[in-house]
Amino acid sequence: MLSADVVGSTAAIGYGLAAIGPGIGVGLVFSAYIQSTARQPESSRLTLPYVWIGFAVIEALALLGIAFGFIWQGQL
Amino acid sequence: MTGQSIVLAADVPFPPSVEDFYLPSILPWGTHDSYWFTKITVLLWLAVAILIVYFLVSYRKPQLVPTKKQWLAESIYGFVRNNISVEMIGPRGVQFAPYLTTLFCFILLMNLFGIVPFLQISPNSHIAFPAVLAVISYVMFIYVGAKHHGGFFKYMRFALVPPAPWFILPLLIPIEFFSTFMVRPFSLAVRLFANMFAGHMLLLVFTLGGFAMISANAWFTPFSIVSWVLTIALTFLEFLVICLQAYVFTVLTASYVQGAIADEH
Repeated sequence: MLSADVVGSTAAIGYGLAAIGPGIGVGLVFSAYIQSTARQPESSRLTLPYVWIGFAVIEALALLGIAFGFIWQGQL
Repeated sequence: MTGQSIVLAADVPFPPSVEDFYLPSILPWGTHDSYWFTKITVLLWLAVAILIVYFLVSYRKPQLVPTKKQWLAESIYGFVRNNISVEMIGPRGVQFAPYLTTLFCFILLMNLFGIVPFLQISPNSHIAFPAVLAVISYVMFIYVGAKHHGGFFKYMRFALVPPAPWFILPLLIPIEFFSTFMVRPFSLAVRLFANMFAGHMLLLVFTLGGFAMISANAWFTPFSIVSWVLTIALTFLEFLVICLQAYVFTVLTASYVQGAIADEH
């Protein structure tokens, strides 16, 4: 009878789950940008700042996951 | 610990932890409980000194046909002024261009320290530095908004009360307050901090992972080499993130200022 110990923090699993949402969100931002640029190439410079703002705002969610993982380390 | 001297020892502290960001103190040399003067402090002063000296020297004798130094300084300033300030804020953006350029250069340089050999840690991977920068942006957009709308309370009314039917306002005002005055500075600080923190952590995992595997078992040597090659690839990715985060911080500050001095929602 072999017994295996699984050690570590469930926070790692939690962060993996938490990264799904921002992953989909960032994908949507860039897919929308690529589509709009393909349809109307001259609008690419106009929409680029909004791409980065949207990307940054969505990505913040994933990064909050990293930060809170360390903030609440060993407290819950 | 591992930051100031990585040695080929058998006892490589493998899973890197938050402790790796607290480098040993420099002035009382090597102590671990005093954080007043560390590599982080040195890098901060280095960044400030480089920026001041570089911009002073490159613009000391401005020439009509710019020298290389002057060309670089001018193109950084031109990029921030035209592609960030004026594009986000509009014609009034020119007056914010000096601050935004300083912010952009400072964040870019501080982040770059994360991948420069022998420096290899960004001060921005400690939340204190992004937090102060975010507080400056926060105070700035509130001040600019209050000045533009003729008073703090008028600005709050403009920022918090959107033109909507009255019965939806009890729902909208708390949401606006939460997103504009609480989430903005917090996310600004945490975004920059977490990117630098995670980037440094990632490089540590792959570098130290290589050492840990090679010292655990000689048969793991090929995997160690793969791990180190990946470190190099990740350093290029990190370079991308560094430039992107400096840009994003500046663009977001500009867009907050733009939101504060807009005349309609």
